[in-house]
Amino acid sequence: MLANTQGIENVHPHAAQDAKPVLSLNGISKSFPGVKALSEVALDLFPGQVTALVGENGAGKSTIVKVLTGIYQPDEGQISINGKPLSFPTAQDAGEAGVTAIHQETVLFDDLSVAENIFIGHAPKTRFGLIDRKEMVGKAQELLDRIGAQIDPGVLLKDLGIANKHLVAIARALSIDAQIVIMDEPTASLSHKEIEETYELVERLKAEGKAILFISHKFDEIFRIADRYTVFRDGQMVGAGKITEVSEPELVKMMVGRSVDQVYPRREADPGEEVLEVVGYCHPTEFEDIGFTLRKGEILGFYGLVGAGRSEVMQALFGVTKPSKGAIRIDDQIAVIRTPNEAISHGIVYVPEDRGKQGAIKGLPIFQNVSLPSLKTTSKNGFLRLAEEFKLARDYTQRLDLRAAALDQDIGELSGGNQQKVVIAKWLATQPRVIILDEPTKGIDIGSKAAVHEFMAELAAEGLAVIMVSSEIPEILGMSDRVIVMREGRIAAEFERDDLTPEQLVRTAAGLSEVTS
Amino acid sequence: MSLASSEISTTGRQLPDRLKSPIQRFLASWELLLLGVAIAVFILNSFASPYFLDPWNLSDATFNFTEKALIAFAMAMLIISGEIDLSVASIIALASTAMGFAVQMGAETPVLILVGLGVGLACGAFNGFLVTGFGLPSIVVTIGTMSLFRGISYIVLGDKAYTGYPSDFAFFGQGYVWWVISFEFLLFAFMAVLFAVVLHRTNFGRAAYVIGNNPVGALFSGIRVPRVKFALFLLTGLMSGVAAICLTSRLGATRPSIAFGWELEVVTMVVLGGVNILGGSGSIPGVVIAAFVMGMVTFGFGLLNVPGIVMSIFIGLLLISVIALPRIAHRILARRKV
Repeated sequence: MLANTQGIENVHPHAAQDAKPVLSLNGISKSFPGVKALSEVALDLFPGQVTALVGENGAGKSTIVKVLTGIYQPDEGQISINGKPLSFPTAQDAGEAGVTAIHQETVLFDDLSVAENIFIGHAPKTRFGLIDRKEMVGKAQELLDRIGAQIDPGVLLKDLGIANKHLVAIARALSIDAQIVIMDEPTASLSHKEIEETYELVERLKAEGKAILFISHKFDEIFRIADRYTVFRDGQMVGAGKITEVSEPELVKMMVGRSVDQVYPRREADPGEEVLEVVGYCHPTEFEDIGFTLRKGEILGFYGLVGAGRSEVMQALFGVTKPSKGAIRIDDQIAVIRTPNEAISHGIVYVPEDRGKQGAIKGLPIFQNVSLPSLKTTSKNGFLRLAEEFKLARDYTQRLDLRAAALDQDIGELSGGNQQKVVIAKWLATQPRVIILDEPTKGIDIGSKAAVHEFMAELAAEGLAVIMVSSEIPEILGMSDRVIVMREGRIAAEFERDDLTPEQLVRTAAGLSEVTS
Repeated sequence: MSLASSEISTTGRQLPDRLKSPIQRFLASWELLLLGVAIAVFILNSFASPYFLDPWNLSDATFNFTEKALIAFAMAMLIISGEIDLSVASIIALASTAMGFAVQMGAETPVLILVGLGVGLACGAFNGFLVTGFGLPSIVVTIGTMSLFRGISYIVLGDKAYTGYPSDFAFFGQGYVWWVISFEFLLFAFMAVLFAVVLHRTNFGRAAYVIGNNPVGALFSGIRVPRVKFALFLLTGLMSGVAAICLTSRLGATRPSIAFGWELEVVTMVVLGGVNILGGSGSIPGVVIAAFVMGMVTFGFGLLNVPGIVMSIFIGLLLISVIALPRIAHRILARRKV
């Protein structure tokens, strides 16, 4: 997509290794009631270089981004740009100082055009003070061309895919002539090809001399595109330096404060009898002709690109969406599932990908979250029995090693990893036969991740049938007994774990070959 | 299957049930603050007018809130679940009109009760059907039915009024059960207990909280969200029917302007009682205390011959200040910490 690379002038020389930082933060602290989110952190960004910011969830990465973009005011500390001390009382001040951020969930306006999104707040004006549309569209086109994006500046933003929305956000960043670009997990929800394009774009921005702060959880991309790294842990800066002088295990060790062996739990696959059979499952728009079987004690992995229809199949199995055709057999009996309630009574439960919206009931205490799908058994004649609910919650949170102050704590106060544990606990408490985990470790820290993996292995060993939807290749390869790859709403291939390589997975998911086994 | 709790391996530590005891929670609760306000209003009233402490005057004072509170209990549950019903006062008008019409047809008291409750249920079902069946926002639907229901009353009655209710019908709004305890007050007390049990001690009440906090999560947890919401609209309609019976009986006549503006007073009572207008939290005891506060303020001002408009100004200020108070306190505390 980056066609005319030779067209760039004033390419920043890479010899600027020892150049002065364009932005430095010194001794920045920020507290919220009850939490010290940042404690005297320092961060330097250099022109023409990518600095990777890594840390577990809750390490303070988002807070520092908000400080840099003028959303939060630091309690102490100094921000300087090109050696000049500055403060950003508002987001606009940060923008004028040349700082721009491209967020995880990009903040753009769906019902405005691409050009309007790029120039919102600083649109070119006519001499009557009205927006000069012609000029704006022309300039937008120029910016989009500069980053090699093939997007019509006149279309509405909502008609674009997520990758193109990112490009619009980047064009916007360029439009205000930012020196400092913050990219907060820009590849989190992109497909393989789109990720490659994002990397090319980062290279391009580097070449233009921008200082880039790149936040990511993915080590492979950090080592691929970053020049420097900074590690945060519990609101403190625990390490920084050149990426060439650090190894992956060293980074992980800095992040968690201990070394975590990223080895997946070893298990002996011993699948029992068949529990679930799905035949000819179809949906008018999302998926077609899905069929597979699942046995007791087995972990079945579902791999595919974002949008391949994996979650949609799982939500249909759970009764949230309705399939147009097809049947489910549970223990050789045809089962009709029209609502989640019916799925639960058939022993099928679903741990959703969108934990905040679909999984955790924020605002309610932990114990009520755990007992929610089990209220039929904890209550008597429709009346609640709190003692039974507490007992259930105590047992299952203990089993999952939940870290919380007490069972009556609001689930919204827990970290992502611990919220996920509560959601898993609530489904285990229903004593299911089939548990579907949709991206079970997305966005949770390494420590919780290992705990969830270990726990999945334990469940399978106890005879539970597990379906795991995941976009992380190591997770799919490390956990699954069998893997189904979906592409564009269909099953592209099914593999046994033993004869599967990462390359095969990627090629099948992208439709590069027709390997079947 | 093999996941019975007895087999659970004890890998983690056991968490305590509660961080704060129920008493500690009560001491920091909205209800306690509101109780303080109620007591203050009571004391101020007794100083302001020598007639206030008379048992019969106090008994009269309860009529200022009992009928509205009956609706407020159901409304509290509805708002906790994230919905609202602004047509309640118009349901009273329609139910009352239907009862008046039945009287003209020669209906006796038992039939009138059935008509009142039936119209309430039917209106609630209509609201619930529009909201859950078509997924329409309840605030829009019930603003529509607010005009619709009262509009029907105006068409039927015009500038006339239905009177001539049977004499034994008067008991529901004017009767006394024992000494100064009116039938309405007894009904209010009974319903307060009933609704407190339903909201705080049943699966149905729990479902209202869950839906109010996270409707999508509720669906993904196996709660039949539309069914629960429909039931809550039905319940609100039914309680509006009950209030219509009491009010019609007390007034002895039906005009189309009956209970005009009550929907806002009911919502005010619910919000003053500590129910989050956005759903998800609140309690029946809070609404009960709020009912007393509003009733006593209205009555106290009445004894002092304060005009009605000043009363509504006061209620408005009271509402804004009690809502703002916790936030202001929170902000001051937060500032002190930093």
